[in-house]
Amino acid sequence: MALTGIQIYKLLPQTNCKDCGFPTCLAFAMKLAAKQVELSACPHVSESAKAQLAESAAPPVRLVTVRSDGAEVKVGNEVVLFRHEKTFYNRPGLIVRVGDDLAPSALEAKVAAADAYRVTYVGIDLGIDGFAVESVKGDPAAFAAAVQAVRRHSRKPLVLTAPSASVLGAGLEMLGAGETPLLGVATADNWRDMAGLAQKAKSPLIVRGNTLDELATLTGQIKDMGVEDMVLDPAVRDFAGHLTLSTLIRRLALKKNFRPLGYPLIAFPAAAGDPAVELMLAAQAILKYAGFVVIDHFAPEAVYPLLVLRQNIYTDPQKPIQVQPGLYEINNPKPEDPVLVTTNFSITYFSVANEVEGSGLPAWLVVADAEGMSVLTAWAAGKFDAERIAKDVKRFGVADRVSRRRLVIPGHVAVLSGELEGELPDWEIRVGPREAVDLPRYMREALMN
Amino acid sequence: MPVEILKETWTGAVQIVTLGATPAEGGTRGRTVTVGGERTLPFLHFEAPMPHRPALAVEIKDRRPDDWSPVLLRAWGDVVDDPGAWAQAAAAAGADLILLALSLTDADGRPTTPAAAVAAVRKVLSACSLPLAVFGPGQADADNELLVAVAEATKGERLLLGICEDKNYRTIVATALANGHLVNARTPMDVNLAKQLNILITDMGMPLDRIIMDPTTGAVGYGFEYGYSVMERLRLAALQGDRMTQLPMLVTPGFEAWKTKEAKVGNGVPAAWGDWEARAINWETLTALGLLEAGADILVLRHPESVRRLRLAIEGLMKG
Ligand code: B12
Ligand code: SF4
Repeated sequence: MALTGIQIYKLLPQTNCKDCGFPTCLAFAMKLAAKQVELSACPHVSESAKAQLAESAAPPVRLVTVRSDGAEVKVGNEVVLFRHEKTFYNRPGLIVRVGDDLAPSALEAKVAAADAYRVTYVGIDLGIDGFAVESVKGDPAAFAAAVQAVRRHSRKPLVLTAPSASVLGAGLEMLGAGETPLLGVATADNWRDMAGLAQKAKSPLIVRGNTLDELATLTGQIKDMGVEDMVLDPAVRDFAGHLTLSTLIRRLALKKNFRPLGYPLIAFPAAAGDPAVELMLAAQAILKYAGFVVIDHFAPEAVYPLLVLRQNIYTDPQKPIQVQPGLYEINNPKPEDPVLVTTNFSITYFSVANEVEGSGLPAWLVVADAEGMSVLTAWAAGKFDAERIAKDVKRFGVADRVSRRRLVIPGHVAVLSGELEGELPDWEIRVGPREAVDLPRYMREALMN
Repeated sequence: MPVEILKETWTGAVQIVTLGATPAEGGTRGRTVTVGGERTLPFLHFEAPMPHRPALAVEIKDRRPDDWSPVLLRAWGDVVDDPGAWAQAAAAAGADLILLALSLTDADGRPTTPAAAVAAVRKVLSACSLPLAVFGPGQADADNELLVAVAEATKGERLLLGICEDKNYRTIVATALANGHLVNARTPMDVNLAKQLNILITDMGMPLDRIIMDPTTGAVGYGFEYGYSVMERLRLAALQGDRMTQLPMLVTPGFEAWKTKEAKVGNGVPAAWGDWEARAINWETLTALGLLEAGADILVLRHPESVRRLRLAIEGLMKG
């Protein structure tokens, strides 16, 4: 938790020398508490005070970065328990696991497919964030070979896990100098060696504890060895256990500023075995505070909804995702091609634009400024009425671009057609289908004449 | 290092509501379903026990639906032509209760008549002993006409009647009151609108243990996050003691998920969407699971595999 002005004042030299530009140390302390100045403006502050102030200013959930040569995943730094209180900031990394017990060809095929996977949701390109390579055999050579095999097909950030630091080290050596993979797993039995390796590699470390008490003890000990970046594994794999412990850990971090558990979490939903259960546990982990979600079964039809769910949960609740209002051209329309109108809510815009684009039919798309709302929401809120649509049709100069003044409105707002005829007297107003999926057929059939 | 188990102290509790009535209670159901009673956020058993597990409803129609995904129609097979058989299949798939959604028209496009609606409800009631919810087609006038007839014909069954919204709540609440039924109070994703409708309904004399609220929702990718956060906010308000938010919540992830392009369309979609059937089911499952974690007490589903999965999730979450 951030210190108050008075608490900060007690750490300052209290000489009122004014070198910081403020008349007293107390005045400076107050500005510091309000985050309006930087501590460095005071040239006289002691090293120990600096350390204490830095500690108190640190975020309650530490920001942890996992890097490869060219990519990184950043997680943590969260400040709320519920997204409506502010927002969730750093989307959990979605990681695909491979074990060194997989046949080399199967391992390479899995990595190649997962690495290449890309899907587009409302214009945003989504994919998985990295791979977790696990030493199942406990053999350094096998582990090193698996890491190399992964690197042949992917440059994404890695999580390396092995039962002992010596095996882990063999895998780590296969990586380039610029990489800081997430290492693990440190437990009550092996933490000294694991922490030593992480410290040397300047890599973040997964810490597993069978109880919260054990976990908190371990992070304290590991921190004392100089490892600052940790990721918590509370060693629960079931629905209720994960929900309980992840909630407790996030609460303690945010409400008590409890440092020993102020780190991101990692979840291993794959332990369930059943891919359907794995998928639900992964979804729960995304909703409930995981920083990394390690899945075992990679299938597009499962990864796609997970990525979209993650995107939804991590959008800022204050600002709907929206596109710029304007006149959009789809498939190089000519002046005689149809004019469609929709709103500037991203989901709405892309459902319409994708359908039309996919059909290969040319069209002009008027994206009205509906303050980022869907068709019906905007209509109900008075942000997508005849007056607004008419205003945007004029503002974007649509009439100058087309030869045929015919405007297609979404079927859901058929009620607007009369009024719109009044607002745009020289236009023919047509009511389109209710759902965008039916647009191509409508354009092919109903708009032919 | 001993770690404090940080518990919240909540002052409020969710209302307990029982759906369906056995012969002893004036109905004909083989058993009832009770939801609500939470004194903490979903499944945080260390804080307070969760006395009733969330229930799974399976949505069926009074006739073969015109606009359902082929994936769904394939899963149910021929039973979709007979609401009684469909209800039995839903019970066999693991439903705790059945939700019969009446169609706006019959197969020939003529408006569904009150007599036809009553006949469909009777078929379901005699074929299947689970508690029943009956929803109108979702247009205020049609809902009023059909639901009043259904409510009168099934007096004492403690059916859950919907959709009861600001436009038509008076009629639906009046008939539910007169015939011993419950209402499903639906509002469009807004905490204050939900409270306001609950106030209007209780002002008519409807006791709180006969109201379920339906804050509406969107599928993953289609407004899910709005519904999720509204449910979290409603539940937090309930636990903080705000009486008019303390009703159990029903949501319809099945309806929302199966309306998406991801569920409805198999051809001409990006290869990255993967296998159609698996994707469609995953879409429903993940939407439902998210809403469960946000406080849903009744999840209305459409696909039998989703019922199986959500059952596993609920069992897992109830192990405190
Ligand atoms: C998410 C949501 C919200 C979010 C807003 C999200 C946003 N940025 O728009 C929030 C929670 C903020 C919200 C608020 C409100 N909402 Co709202 N909301 C929804 C919800 C759940 C989903 C909307 C959505 O995103 N749909 C997905 C998009 C892609 O759909 P779409 O824009 O309609 O586009 C489709 C079609 O229209 C078509 N299409 C689009 N453009 C075009 C163009 C052409 C030419 C054609 C042919 C087709 C076409 O293609 C698309 C895909 O098929 C719906 C209910 C539901 N489940 O549908 C209610 C809903 C739209 N909301 C409703 C209402 C009443 C409201 C509020 C007024 C109530 C309130 N809570 O105060 C407010 C208004 C906002 C305000 N005052 O600020 C009502 C509208 C009722 C009505 N028929 O008038 C609905 C239908 C809920 C209901 N059943 O009552 N809402
Ligand atoms: S520079 Fe430092 S010591 Fe001097 S007044 Fe400012 S805060 Fe105090």
